[in-house]
Formats: sequence, C-alpha cells, structure tokens
Amino acid sequence: MKSSLIAANRGALIAESALIRTVIVLVGVAFLALFLFMPLVLVFAQALSSGLGAYFAALIEPDAWAALKLTLLVAVISVPLNLIFGLAAAWAIAKFSFPGKSLLITLIDLPFSVSPVIAGLIYVLLFGSRGWLGPWLSAHNIEIVFAIPGIVLATIFVTLPFVARELIPLMEQQGTTDEEAARTLGAGGLKIFFRVTLPNVKWGLLYGVLLCNARAMGEFGAVSVVSGHIRGVTNTMPLHVEILYNEYNFAAAFAVASLLAILALLTLVLKTWLESQGAGNGSNKH
Amino acid sequence: MAFSAKQTFYAALTSVLIAGGAASSVAQADTTLLNVSYDPTRELYKEFNAAFAEDYKKQTGETVTLRMSHGGSGKQARSVIDGLEADVVTLALAYDIDALVENGGLLGADWQNKFASNSSPYTSTIVFLVRKGNPKAIHDWSDLTRQGVQVITPNPKTSGGARWNYLAAWGWAEKAYNGDDAKVRGYMRDLFNNVPVLDTGARGATTTFVQRELGDVLLAWENEAFLAIEELGPDKFEIVVPPFSILAEPPVAVVDKVVDKRGTRKVAEAYLNYLYSPTGQKIAAKNYYRPISPQYADPQDLKRFPAIDLVKIDDPLFGGWQKAQKTHFSDGGVFDQIYQPK
Amino acid sequence: MSVLASARRPARVIPGFGITLGFTLAYLSLFVLIPLSTVAFKTIDMGWSGFWGVLTDPRTQHALYLSFGTALIAALVNAVFGLLIAWMLVRYTFPGRRLIDAAVDLPFALPTAVAGIALTALYADNGWIGSILHGLGLKVAYTPVGIVVALVFIGLPFVVRSVQPVLEDLNLDVEEAAATLGATRWHTFSRVILPAALPSLLTGFALAFARGVGEYGSVIFIAGNLPKVSEIAPLLIVIRLEEFNYAGATAIAALMLAISFLGLLAINLLQAWNRRRTGGE
Repeated sequence: MKSSLIAANRGALIAESALIRTVIVLVGVAFLALFLFMPLVLVFAQALSSGLGAYFAALIEPDAWAALKLTLLVAVISVPLNLIFGLAAAWAIAKFSFPGKSLLITLIDLPFSVSPVIAGLIYVLLFGSRGWLGPWLSAHNIEIVFAIPGIVLATIFVTLPFVARELIPLMEQQGTTDEEAARTLGAGGLKIFFRVTLPNVKWGLLYGVLLCNARAMGEFGAVSVVSGHIRGVTNTMPLHVEILYNEYNFAAAFAVASLLAILALLTLVLKTWLESQGAGNGSNKH
Repeated sequence: MAFSAKQTFYAALTSVLIAGGAASSVAQADTTLLNVSYDPTRELYKEFNAAFAEDYKKQTGETVTLRMSHGGSGKQARSVIDGLEADVVTLALAYDIDALVENGGLLGADWQNKFASNSSPYTSTIVFLVRKGNPKAIHDWSDLTRQGVQVITPNPKTSGGARWNYLAAWGWAEKAYNGDDAKVRGYMRDLFNNVPVLDTGARGATTTFVQRELGDVLLAWENEAFLAIEELGPDKFEIVVPPFSILAEPPVAVVDKVVDKRGTRKVAEAYLNYLYSPTGQKIAAKNYYRPISPQYADPQDLKRFPAIDLVKIDDPLFGGWQKAQKTHFSDGGVFDQIYQPK
Repeated sequence: MSVLASARRPARVIPGFGITLGFTLAYLSLFVLIPLSTVAFKTIDMGWSGFWGVLTDPRTQHALYLSFGTALIAALVNAVFGLLIAWMLVRYTFPGRRLIDAAVDLPFALPTAVAGIALTALYADNGWIGSILHGLGLKVAYTPVGIVVALVFIGLPFVVRSVQPVLEDLNLDVEEAAATLGATRWHTFSRVILPAALPSLLTGFALAFARGVGEYGSVIFIAGNLPKVSEIAPLLIVIRLEEFNYAGATAIAALMLAISFLGLLAINLLQAWNRRRTGGE
C-alpha cells in the first residue's frame, strides 16, 4: 500500500516546485544569453553590417582564401596525427594497469592548461634561429618556425589531448571483457581493435576528433607566436581576422570570424547528431 | 540500425579525409621578397609594392612577388631575430633594427648609413586625434594633463609609436619647464595618470579610441591619424597639430644575412632605393608620410603637413635610440618609475 | 561492478601494450616534453638569483596574481552557474533544451580571438551590454572584470561537461529515499546530490581554472592591458619577448608551467582516488 503510494508520487517527491524550476531555467538561460549567445549574435550582426555584398567580398578575397586553405591544411595534418596518438594512448591507459598512470594522464592533459603563448614560445626556443636546433636547421635550409611546419607543430601541441581525453574514460568504462573474449576466440591484436574496440568507441572518437578539429582551426595564441604573419603565406584564419581588425576593416574581420563561427556551429550540429546516433546505438553505456 | 550507423561513421571519416585532400599547398613564385614592417604601413606598402613590381619588371624583365608581414615593431624585430626570413625590414624605429644587429648579427652595425637621410625615406611626427569639434579643447601638450582628459596611447614598452609619443611629450615638457627634471617627471606622471588603457600596439590604441569610443585624445603617428579619419569618418574626428612635436624617422634596411643566403640582395636594394625615387616619394606623401624629397610629391598632398617645431631623437636631450631606450624604457627605467597605476 | 573489477586485474591477455605505450611516450616526448624542456633549461641557465629576480619583480607578481585571481573568480562563477546549467539540462524539459545543450560547447569551438573581439564589442561602454552597465556606473571592458567575463566564457563548458554525465547517472532512488525520510528538497540537494556531484564539479572547476590562467587570445582584447592593473601573465610573457628579454619570458613561463602541472596532477590523482572509492571495493 505504502510502496505503491511512493511510486505514484515518485515524480513529485524528487522534483522542485514549479516556481523554483522556472527560476533555475530562467537564470541558466539568462546566463547563457549574456555569455554565449550575445557574442555569437554580435559576430553575425557586425559581419552583415556593411551588407551581403561586402560580406561575400570579404570571404572571396585572395588573402582570405589563402588563410582558409592554410587553416584546412594545418587541421588535416594535425588532427589525424592526434587521432592516432589518442587511440594509442587510450589503449595503453584504459586496457592495462601500470605504475605512473596518473602522471602519464597528467602529461597528456598538460597542453590543455599550458598558456598558448608558452606553446608557441617553446617551438621558437627549440627551432628559432637562436634556438637549440636553429643553427643546424638554418645550415640545412629547413624552415620550421615562421613557416607552415611551425604552425602545424604548435597546433598539434594545443590539440593533443582532445581525442585521448575523450577516449580514455570511455574505454575504461567499457572494460576489457569484450577484448578478452575476442582474444580467447583467437583474434589478433589488430582484429580485436578494428572489430571489437573501435565499434564500441566510434562515437566518442568522432566527438573527440570534432573538438580537436575545431580547436585546430581556431587556435590563435600559439599560432600567432610562430606564424610570422606573412600575408597569404603563413596567416591562418584567426590571424587573418586579427589583421583585418587591425586594418579598420571591421565588417570584413567579422565576416571571416563569422565563417569560423559557422564552422563552430557546424561542429556542434554534428556533435549533437553524433550523440543521438551514439545513444540510439547503445554503444554509450551510461 | 547498427549497420547504417557504421556506414555513416565511415562516410564521415572519408569526407574528412577528402576535405583534407582538397586543401592544396601554397603556390611559390620565382623571386619573392619579404618585407617585415610595422603596423601603420599596410596601406603605404600595398600601393608601393604594386608600383615597384611593375617598375622592376620594366627595368629588368624579372617578376618579383612581394610579401608583407605587419605587426608591432618590437614583435616584428623579434620574429626576424628568431628566424623569420625578412629580406628587408621597414620598422618604426632604429632601435628595433639595432636589435637585429645585436641579437644574431643579421646586418652590419653601420646599416643606418647605407641609405640616404639616416635610412629613413619618409618621416612622420606625433599629433593629436580628437573627437569632432574638439569638445575638451585640446591644443597643446599642456592640455593632456588636465583633470578629466583621457589620453589614449599604446604601451611604450611594446609599441614603437608609443615610444615616439612618450619622447615627444618628454621633449615638450623639457622645453616648457626649462629642463627642470622633477617637473618634467611630474608632467609625465600626470600624463600617464590620464591613460585608461595601454594597448600593445598603435593599431590597437586607434581601435580603442575610434571603435570603443574611449578617451578624449589619441596620441598617434600623423599618418595614422589621417588614415583613421579617412577610413573611419571625417565627421567624427579631427586632427590637432601641436606646435611642438618630435621628428619620427621610421628606418628601412636590407637584412644582409638573409639576402646573402637567398640571393636577393640586388632586388632588395632596388626595392628600398625605389622608396627614394620620385614615384616612391609621391606614394609616401599620398599615404600621409612626410617625404624627404618633397619636390617629387603632389603639392596637394604636401599641404596636409603643417610646419612644426620638431625635436630629434639624436638631439643631446635624448642622445640617440640606444641611450633613450636605456634611460626611459628599460626595466626600472624612467617609464617604470613614473608609471604609477592607481 | 564486475567489469570494473576485471579491468584492474593485470589483464595482459590483450596484446598491444608495449607498442601503444611506446608510441604514446614517443609522441608525447616529441611534441610536448622535449619542447617544454626548453623552458626548464632556459630557466636553469639564468640561475636561481635571476629566476628569483624576475618573480619578485612587482609587475610580474601583479600579472601572476591577476591571472590566477581572475581565473579563480571565473572558475567559481562557472562552478555555480555550470552546475545550475547542467542540472537544468539533465532534469528539466523546456523549449530549446537541445539547442542550449549543444551551444554549451560553443567556447570549445569558437576561436578565442573571435570570442575576444566579440566580447569586447559587447561589453565596451558603447556596446550592447556595456552601454546598459555604463548607465548603472559599471565598467566591464578594460578592467579586470572584463578579464573575468572572457574567462567565464572560455571555462563554462569544462564545468558543464564534467558535471552533466554524473548528474545523468545519479540514482533517483536515493533522492526518493531521502524525501520519504522527510528531507526537504534543499536538504536532499546539499546532503545527497551535491556530495555525489562534487568530485566532477571539482574536476570541472580545476580544468576551467587551469585553462583560464593561461588564456591569451580572448583576454588581450578586453583587458585594457595596463601594467599592474589589467596585465595578465601570458601577455607579460609576450611583452618580455618583444623586449628581447627571453630569460624574463621563460622564467614566467616556467612558473606557470610548474603550477599548471601540479594542479593537473592533483586533479588526476583525485579522480583516480575517486574511481577507486566508487569502484565497488
């Protein structure tokens, strides 16, 4: 008798009153509006402030194109490398236990919290003409900093944790029983990985790749230190935004910025879709 | 369900890879020249580069592609020191080019004698940009320290332009107070007490003043002030030329180590010499720089430059950039002593 | 439970430990550890007294104090509002919930420079929000408050994304039991829900804090950059570099690196401990 009453009242017992609910939602939405939505709206409002014609003119301008191409090139090199790294690191960390694991995870996390400025600086200290390897590189005519390789390196550094950090908890949660079963049935390492592990973590993996890619295309601080800012050669899109902004070309700056914002929004749409796919699949175990 | 999800996963992965393949490499031209410059010269070199490339093609039949890098003068110098392969540098002040000599010996110490007039093909000065109608009635340096006047200038520690601003104010105060050091420092202290924002570069300061509508007066390069008015509306701002200011000489130099390595000395020298040519001088004047050979400039352009009493960086008061830098802008120098944030 | 237990058994049945760990360490060394070691060596070069000289300089101290202080305030703001937003997203249904859920990741995806320019335009005295605040006598842009605003933007998703899955996994029976035993909703929240969510909240807080300390791109536009007022440590590093003062720059970098490393290590040990605690033994 009593238990059926609880069941009937279950919703009411553990829910707040309608008033509190409304207040919480209003406060939350207001906070997000102030800090997230208004900046986004502003980017588009400013981008279109000189009209659609000026908007598209800013996007097809040769320097903007060169910046877009460079940004894509950098992302295409650095994201797959970090993807492979993320898989290897997650495999080692999640499927095995060994001493120093927390230390290793911390080292993987480190780029998250290293100031982007320091991330750029370290490559200058290493490869700059007065850096450790500078004289040797110069003698062999190899350009690293103030050229594309430097930008790629700085981007790899900044985006290194994304895939690994997404996969490690997921793989840990899934445990090793599936893999062990496959092993007992005689499957080899690669086969286990492609047939058992990868299908289990693919949505998390793709989510990590998306975030990694978004950061790779949007990184400003670290790239700014190693870029050299040569127009049409070593300017990525975020740097191009800064240049346009510094040329009093505000509408164009926001136009290019809006393109980056659209890429960000696209990432979010893809991410939401992935999550719904993942949930439908039951591969996400919680 | 699982099958279709698997398909979409691999389709997504494939499309990412295809998007990657589409990003092609950056094209390379036969002869390229990299000019590493400071912030306010963007418009000048945009026009000058086109003129030079055309002339060079006519003279030699060779095609040259000119590349530009702009930024704060000190930052640009640092990039060159650290390996940015600049064939020529066109910076805001001699000190930054001296830095290339000291750090890594990228060019000879006598670089300033390689081209005419201290290797400065154009000069400028420091003026005031105020809001339309000059509501705070700012006419001279003495007006900047009045209560309630907000002055916008970048950080002299990072911005070349800001160092010229600072030294112009110092030069005026030195004259106004007959060299009474305590009073000069007092004036400078009051001046920087009126500064609400210290941007890192000249362009940042202009944006703060113009876009964010902060401050009553912007201390700016003359060319920068003209450009701000041209780009951002003559109905909003006007220029006040103080009776006394400083002769700002933004120098140019060929980076010996780079041009010898890349084999671009000939074109690099031709490039900088062209700045002194009638065409180069005319373009400089058109872009609001004071040409050193005014006879080549359009007389209409010259009318914009009123005569001002100018102090020079090489005057005994400052004793050249090395000394001025050490006295005023080094750690613990005069700027650090007078700058007392509230 | 059994899955977790078996995961901790030395399960060397599965192949690939050597190669993946080897690759991980090699990759990490190449791209992170060796480059970062330059900072350490450069700092050793300058000697203890030089290092100490940089760190006791009032301007450096103020910049560090500002970076850590604003990051701390922003992380606290994010901890409160992040928890509230995560709660709202997990427990309530309202129009636009999915949209908001997706938008929380915006700061991860939006380039920091774009965020900085947009926030400055918004919070400057003539901006949409700034003009209203200006009327109330408040200044945000070009003050340390502006830095906090930028860091709140940057750090929010760290808290929400750390707390959200934990709230989703909360066992409703426990809350229900507390309610039947006569606990008020607030009691249930503070005695049951909060303790369960606390480790993840701490993680999110620490990540937001760590990210905020080093943030550069979004802050420099909105800060005003006055030495000893609104000049953050990463900007001071850049300024030192522009003054050709490499030792000064690396000394600040070294200190910041050491602090972020220790902070992260603390979080990860906390998490490992928490996993063991809740792992079922």
